[in-house]
Amino acid sequence: MHSGAPTPASAPAVDPPGQRRGTASFGRAVLRLFLYQRELTPVLITIALVVFFTIKAGSTFTASLSLSSAGGYAGPIGAIAVGEVMLLVLAEIDLSAGQTFLFAPWVEYWLHNLGVPIAVSILIALVVCCGVGLVNGLITVGLNVPSFVTTLAMNFILFGLVLIYSSYTSASPIPLSASNGSPSFSSQFMGAWLWTEIIWVAVIAVIGTVVLTRTRFGVRIIATGGNMLGAAEAGVPIRSVKVRAFVLCSFFSGLVGIVDAVKYGSLDPGNFGVDYILYAIGACVIGGTALTGGRGTVIGAFIGAILIGILEDGLTLIGVSTNDFYVWVGVVIIFAMALNAQFDRLIARSREA
Amino acid sequence: MNAASQPALEVRGVTKRFGALVVLRGIDLVLRQGEVLGLVGDNGAGKSTLVKILSGFHQQDEGDVIVGGERARFHSVEAARAHGIETVYQDLALIPQLPVYQNLFLGHELTRLGPLRFLDKGKMRELSRRYLDEINVHVPSVDAEAEQLSGGQRQAIAVARAMRAATKILLLDEPLAAMGSRESRLIIDLVKDLAASGRISIIVIDHNYAHLFELCDRINVMQGGRITVDQQVHETSLEKLTELMVSSYRRALEDVSNPGA
Repeated sequence: MHSGAPTPASAPAVDPPGQRRGTASFGRAVLRLFLYQRELTPVLITIALVVFFTIKAGSTFTASLSLSSAGGYAGPIGAIAVGEVMLLVLAEIDLSAGQTFLFAPWVEYWLHNLGVPIAVSILIALVVCCGVGLVNGLITVGLNVPSFVTTLAMNFILFGLVLIYSSYTSASPIPLSASNGSPSFSSQFMGAWLWTEIIWVAVIAVIGTVVLTRTRFGVRIIATGGNMLGAAEAGVPIRSVKVRAFVLCSFFSGLVGIVDAVKYGSLDPGNFGVDYILYAIGACVIGGTALTGGRGTVIGAFIGAILIGILEDGLTLIGVSTNDFYVWVGVVIIFAMALNAQFDRLIARSREA
Repeated sequence: MNAASQPALEVRGVTKRFGALVVLRGIDLVLRQGEVLGLVGDNGAGKSTLVKILSGFHQQDEGDVIVGGERARFHSVEAARAHGIETVYQDLALIPQLPVYQNLFLGHELTRLGPLRFLDKGKMRELSRRYLDEINVHVPSVDAEAEQLSGGQRQAIAVARAMRAATKILLLDEPLAAMGSRESRLIIDLVKDLAASGRISIIVIDHNYAHLFELCDRINVMQGGRITVDQQVHETSLEKLTELMVSSYRRALEDVSNPGA
C-alpha cells in the first residue's frame, strides 16, 4: 500500500536515501500489525508478565502447579469471556453468565443426588443452561428489555435458586471429582486433572473463533452488531441471531462451570457470579473487543483471561497483597481500552488521508 | 391477459396509518414490465412508507399489492424477497465492519459443509470480483471493509447487492441522497444499465428532477398520501410536471377550505 516509490523528480531533496526510509516503513508495518491484530498487545503484555514474574519469583512461578494455578483463575474467566465476546460484538451483554457458570454444577449435583446417572445429569444441566440463555434472549428481543437488565435480573434469580435449593449448605463431593482414590479417565476428562479446565477453555476459544470468523452465524453476529437496521433490511434474522448467541454464551459458561466444580470437588452456594462476569468483561476489553458492537476477538478475550490469571498468580507469588491485584487489573483494563481507542483513531485517520 | 402485457406490480387502494397519522390514503399505482418509474413528492408525502410496504418492512392497513398478476401480502422482508423484490433503503444498509464481498452476499451467504454453514469465502470473493467488474463498479479490493470506501462506493455496493438478488422488482429509496455529482453519476449509470437490460422493473424515489427525467420512463407524484400526477417522461417536461403538481395542490387546498363543495 505504501510501497509505491516516488519518482526522483517528485521526491523531496532532503529525503535521505535507503536506510531511513526503510526503517520508517518497517515502523509503519509494525504499527499496522498492531492496529489490525488487536490480540498482539495483550500477548506481548502477557509474555512480559511471565518474564517479570519468572525473574522475581523464579522456579516457583514456572512450576507446573503454579501455572495451573494461574489457569485456575484464567479458566472460569476465559470460558465466560468467549461467549461474552459474541454478545459484545452484537452490542449486547450477558451479566448472568458468571452465575450460569456457578449454577450448572448445582443442577448436575441435585440431579445426581436424585439418582440420575452422572452423564445424564450433566446433559440435563447443560440443557438447563441453554434454557437460561434462551430465556435471556427471548426476553431481550421479545419484550425489548435491554440485555443489561434482563441478564442482571437473571443473575439474581439463579443466585437465589442456588441459595434456596442448597439450603445454604455447601455441596460435596461433586460427582466425578477426584476426592478419593485415583481418578478415572472420565473424571480427568471432566476436570479432575490439573490442566483439564484450561484445555476445555482453549478448545471453546478455538470453536468460538471459528464460529465468529468462518460461519454464516458469525457474519450475521458481526452484521447485526455493526448495523442492526442494515442487517435486518438485508434479510438477516437479527432476533434469532441474538437469541442463539445468548444460548451459546450460557452453554459455554455452564459447560466449564461443571468442569470447574469437578476440579475443586465442592460447591459454595455463597459464590456470586458477578465477580466472575466482571473479570470476563475485563478480559474481553483487554483482548481488544470494544463494547460498541461489530468488532471483537474471541482469541483476544482468551488471552485477556490468561493475562488476568497470570497477574493474580504472579502478584501472589512475589508476595504482593491481593488488594494490589485489583488495582493492577483496573490499570490494565483502562490501559487496554485507551490503547484500542487510540488504535481506532489512527485507523480512521489513515483512511481519511 | 398474457404475461408480457401484465404489469410487474400493481398497487390498489393501499392505505396506511401510524396511530392517528394517516400516511397513505389510497394509493393506486402500476409498474409495467421493464419500466423505470420515478416517485416524487414532498417529505412526508408517504413515498418511503409505500416503498417499505412493497418491500415487506411495513404492512398496509387496506388495499392490495399485486405482483405478476397475483395478490400478495408481505408479512416480512423475506416474503417480499421471495416474490423477487429487493430494496435499497435511504439509510445505508452496508455493515461497516464487513468486507465488500461479505456485504454483497449478506442475507444470501454461500456456505459449505451443510448444516455447519461454513462460509465459502473463496467463492464469494471470486463471484463478487467478477460481478463488480461486469457492472463496472470499482472498489480498491473486495476484501476492503465497507467503512474504508467512499460514500458513493458504498451506495454502489448497496445497489449492486439488491440488483444481484432482485429477480423482478428493484425499489430504490433515494439512492442518490448525500451523493456528490460524480458519485451520483456512478449510481445513475448502474441503474440505467440495469434498466436497459429489461430484466427487471424499477421504482426510484428521488428529489432531483433532472436525475429522474434521465432515469425514468414515467413519473408519479405523491401528495398527501395519494398519487396525484402520472406522466410519461417523453410526453412531459419539468415545467409541465411542476404546473400539474401546483394545480393539484391548489385543488387539495380548495377541498380543505370548502369541504361542502
